[in-house]
Amino acid sequence: MEIFNHNSNIHFLRIRKFTVGIAVLLMLVSIGLLATRSLNYGLDFTGGVSIDVTYDQPIMVEDVRAALDKGGIDNAIVQSVGGTRQVSIRFQPKDDKHYTLQEGKSPNLDLIAGDVSKALQASRQDAKIAGRNYVGPQVGEQLRSDGVTAAIFVIIGIGIYLWIRFERRFAIAALATEVHDVLVTLGVISLVQREFDLTVLASVLAVIGYSINDKVVVFDRIRELFRSSRKADPEEVLNRSINSTLSRTIITSLFTSIAMAALYLFGGPTVHGFAVTMLIGILVGTLSSIFVASPILLWLGVSKKDLMPVTRENPELARRP
Amino acid sequence: MSDFPRWRYYLVAIVLVIGTLYALPNLYLAKPAVQVSASHTAPVDQALQQKIASALQAAKIPYQEESIKHDKSRGDYVLVGFTNGDQQKSAADTLRPLLGDDYTVAYNLQSTVPTWLSAIGGRSMPLGLDLQGGVRFLMAVDQNDVIDKQETRYTQDIAALLKDKKISFVSVARNATRGQGVIIVLNSAADRSAASDAIATEYTDLNVTDGTNTGDRYILNAVIKPNKLQDLAIAAISQNLATLSNRINALGVSEPVIQRQGEDHITVELAGVQDPAEAKKVIGATATLEYVAGLGDGRDPAVQEAAKTGNIPPDAHLYYGTRGEPYLVSKTPIATGDELVDAASGNDQQTGSPMVSVTLNSSGAAKMLDFTRDNVGKPMAVVYIERTTDTKMVNGQEVRTPKTTYTVINYATIQGVFSNKFQTTGLESSKSASELALMLKGGSLAASMDIVSEGVIGPSLGQDNIDKGLKAVLLGLGLVLVAAAIYYKLFGLVADVALFFNLVILVAVMSMIGVTLTMPGIAGIVLTLGMAIDANVLICERVREELRNGSTPLASIRAGYEKAWATILDANVTHLIAALALTTMGSGPIKGFGVTLLIGILTSMFTSVTVTHAITALIHGGRKLKTLSV
Repeated sequence: MEIFNHNSNIHFLRIRKFTVGIAVLLMLVSIGLLATRSLNYGLDFTGGVSIDVTYDQPIMVEDVRAALDKGGIDNAIVQSVGGTRQVSIRFQPKDDKHYTLQEGKSPNLDLIAGDVSKALQASRQDAKIAGRNYVGPQVGEQLRSDGVTAAIFVIIGIGIYLWIRFERRFAIAALATEVHDVLVTLGVISLVQREFDLTVLASVLAVIGYSINDKVVVFDRIRELFRSSRKADPEEVLNRSINSTLSRTIITSLFTSIAMAALYLFGGPTVHGFAVTMLIGILVGTLSSIFVASPILLWLGVSKKDLMPVTRENPELARRP
Repeated sequence: MSDFPRWRYYLVAIVLVIGTLYALPNLYLAKPAVQVSASHTAPVDQALQQKIASALQAAKIPYQEESIKHDKSRGDYVLVGFTNGDQQKSAADTLRPLLGDDYTVAYNLQSTVPTWLSAIGGRSMPLGLDLQGGVRFLMAVDQNDVIDKQETRYTQDIAALLKDKKISFVSVARNATRGQGVIIVLNSAADRSAASDAIATEYTDLNVTDGTNTGDRYILNAVIKPNKLQDLAIAAISQNLATLSNRINALGVSEPVIQRQGEDHITVELAGVQDPAEAKKVIGATATLEYVAGLGDGRDPAVQEAAKTGNIPPDAHLYYGTRGEPYLVSKTPIATGDELVDAASGNDQQTGSPMVSVTLNSSGAAKMLDFTRDNVGKPMAVVYIERTTDTKMVNGQEVRTPKTTYTVINYATIQGVFSNKFQTTGLESSKSASELALMLKGGSLAASMDIVSEGVIGPSLGQDNIDKGLKAVLLGLGLVLVAAAIYYKLFGLVADVALFFNLVILVAVMSMIGVTLTMPGIAGIVLTLGMAIDANVLICERVREELRNGSTPLASIRAGYEKAWATILDANVTHLIAALALTTMGSGPIKGFGVTLLIGILTSMFTSVTVTHAITALIHGGRKLKTLSV
């Protein structure tokens, strides 16, 4: 079975000004979104509130969740804690100015606990607040900087590898598209205001890995075609490379997307963020492999002679006529 | 066949067999169980087992089996297995009130891995807190203790400083009110200004002010600066975090989460531990040692008098030993636990009795040297200070009261002058010696901590996550298998076999290394499966291209694998760099994901290339082919 015509010869590079223009635009929009709306940081980054509730009679976790939803406390994580009569509720008081103390340091636990108690007692009289805690950020500021460090480490590490295995221009083109992919993925997450927690951060870093994988396949073909073709017009070679790897690029994206869709549909709420981020990243990464990486390479002036296998440089030989 | 050497077939076969074998233990899911152990000296015997069984029968809770087990570190306990978490929960709820304070009822897991598999080292992956529940502690740092320790320290240091500078003084004592610093009483205004200057230059963290004069008593107040106290509290938390990490590592819990929470709290999450009692023994019992001058033991009439009447000399504490015998010891510690560098248990070379050898840091050593020089032949006591929290139910409300117990664990005559290295002998048994050494070696806590909240995260939530994770892995795998088979026909099926074995080998390697499986780890497995097929897509597309270019089927296979290999290598190395960065990020969930991805990339390179090549060569080798099913 073949979905793609193997003789396809779409002239991707002819529309390069248009596609790269869109990519730059998307990046700028993403930066704008991140600057104005920021990310909807999750419990892992901002901390939150945890409240322990005990019941005189056994209670189902689902009932607690329903009572909280009714009482206007959304996105609460409800867990049973050692036995059937105690639950722990964790949530983030969002944009609730009246919850914050004057110093703006930690939320006013009394108010929050009161609201939770009211919400729970509406359905079950025997609900009692047994303990309440302000949950500090698990990693918070440190984590955020760790994430940025890891991303930079990945991008630079990959850049060095490509520089050695390919050539300087390939490394630059890959890095530029990587930055694009990360920014646009983050931009989409910011746009839809999905909660940005630890698993999403892991997913964003995995997107870098996935997307570089995609680019390397195209780059590999470019190198191969430059080496094998006698008359190597860069634009022609790049275009042929994109076309001959097009089938693979899209099939792999599809297969990985299928796996991620399964994770999204069946993996439960804890991995939703991960799967969604990955799906966004796969789409962005695939498009940038086809439409963005090669135009940059062309502008950087890649040519056949840069890619010929390094022959033993013998000054004696070079001097001979 | 010529393009695939025979030894590689053997390699593939061996790896697949070993992989399957070591992945197998994960199919045997551990059963939820309830563990009953004795809190103190209550007997764990047939009668207890009978009592538990009849209680469960009366409550109509079906259980699978109950048995008395013995464990070196935990002693005897009764373990009862159940088919699901709900039964386990109900059983624990039934047994707790029945057995009372004498026994600890805790959740546990019962392994069902067959003995022949365990014998060859097969074990299932440990599951994270999100998959199997676990123990969670919340501890608060006692800020008062920080102040107490600092003010006591400055009291001693200031007295020493004044002696050193030859400034005569009447007294140096702590203010009766905590946080109000140290009161220095001097004889003249000149002495006071000299003392004030000396203290201010030596200890910049103190605010020194003149107090009111009464007659010829000239008062000087030295108070610790507020911002310094805050710094100390923060430093105390950091030190406690490090100390707890050491202690918990000694417990052997995989991937413990020990983190700061809020201003002065620390949370500890121990995945897989369903028995908080054991963990609490090491974490909660914030034990430390204090070396103090001994003022008399039980044979001394003055001590007997003090124990009988309760009239204790003002400079002394009345403490009791492990067998209840009274001692009078000095209130001023010579050295404390935070000056302790190392502690190791062993046997005394002369008497063969269990002992703990202790190493002190330089400040502790100096004080010890000072003290022992003047006091050879006099007694020195070792006081073991243990802080626990008593929980009582008063009017339906939990009331927690911190309790500090002081036990004189050693009372001996100082045999000679020593400083940084010495031994504590006369311990009960080698087990108690090693326990003590372990807790001391973990470092002492900069400030005492009380467990303010503690919980066992029920396994039912974890079971829910396991079910969902398993479903996601199997369906993700299934869908990719079907898609590959449709798109690449026979070559797709070959890739499918390889992908299946990729999952098996990935699980086997994770089990062998002992990677803790968490939900992010499961996400990593699904992602690996989705991306592992990429190598096969590359190979298949290459083979198709070669066929289109007019190569013969066998030549196409050879060229396809050869040309695709360079690309696969480059793509995977770059991907590996990304995974490596994820593993270096210290925090729990990301690390678990990164490790899974890292192993997955490595295993997929083997299965997607070597295994498929072997199968393809086996199918097509030695045959005259006109076409390829790709």
